[in-house]
Amino acid sequence: METAIVSKSIQERFPDAIVETKPEWICLKKEIFTPVLQFLKTGHLAFINLHCITAVDRQGSVEVVYHLYSFEHKWMLTIKVILLDSDLTIDSLTSLWSAANWLEREVFDLFGVKFTGHPDLRRILNPDTWSEHPLRKDFKRDGFIPRPVR
Amino acid sequence: MAVNERIPGSEYLEKFPGGEVILAKSQDVFNWAKGASLWPLTFGLACCAIEMMTTGASHFDIDRFGSGVFRASPRQCDVMIIAGTICVKMQDSIKRLYDQMPEPKYVIAMGNCAISGGIFYHDSYSVVKGAEAVGIPVDVYVAGCPPRPENLLNGIIKLQEKIRSTKARVT
Ligand code: SF4
Repeated sequence: METAIVSKSIQERFPDAIVETKPEWICLKKEIFTPVLQFLKTGHLAFINLHCITAVDRQGSVEVVYHLYSFEHKWMLTIKVILLDSDLTIDSLTSLWSAANWLEREVFDLFGVKFTGHPDLRRILNPDTWSEHPLRKDFKRDGFIPRPVR
Repeated sequence: MAVNERIPGSEYLEKFPGGEVILAKSQDVFNWAKGASLWPLTFGLACCAIEMMTTGASHFDIDRFGSGVFRASPRQCDVMIIAGTICVKMQDSIKRLYDQMPEPKYVIAMGNCAISGGIFYHDSYSVVKGAEAVGIPVDVYVAGCPPRPENLLNGIIKLQEKIRSTKARVT
């Protein structure tokens, strides 16, 4: 199994869903990303396990990263979706995987990405009274001491 | 009875001249008893707690110092060993547990995290910078990441020394 094979089968079904393919990951368009993931889950590739959702703050944009696992092919796939800071919303995957519920809450808590269609988008780790999102690069709070630059 | 050097607390005892009676100041005896039965709170916050458990097990045997009775209720405790990282969400519970402990109460800050935040001092959004930042007065600091069990035992001995040298307060 290789990323190129997965990329090819996505391209056959959804000709303009892919932004970029690298050996390590596939970057998808935000608008069409839910049907593609549905296809990956229910299609012949059988990525039935949503392993992890995380994100990376690229200062200006946030990459949401999905790790899918296929028990049939014993292979892990990495999917990326790039969101601009001006519009940090993306479709929730809770209708496809119920495991997405807490994972998306975590990404919301730490990065402030809003998942539309999520049934219960609350903070999961940090105190409910916080309004900041700690893993954003511009995070600041009382008692937070940044590492001094040498 | 000759006052034997090996009797525990013999440094506080004085042989009555010519008799079989020994004398000691009640404050010294109380302090000695207090120091020799320091019951800690069953309370671990992070990796340092693993080292605290080791200290309680047979290899290091914290019972030798009378501190092996880890109580599950703050009402029955004398010393709180803050073993580990204090998180923002945990700090209120720690303060409450400390407030629930009856006097006289003592605190050992075990590990760099409980002293100052340790390796989480910089760039951490979730860690409180030490027990004193929560408002808990600390009696003994045990440095290390994590401190060796011997180091914690040393901290307990230091606390015992502190208790034994306490003078009675005249109020
Ligand atoms: S001082 Fe080190 S060992 Fe102890 S809780 Fe902190 S990180 Fe863990």
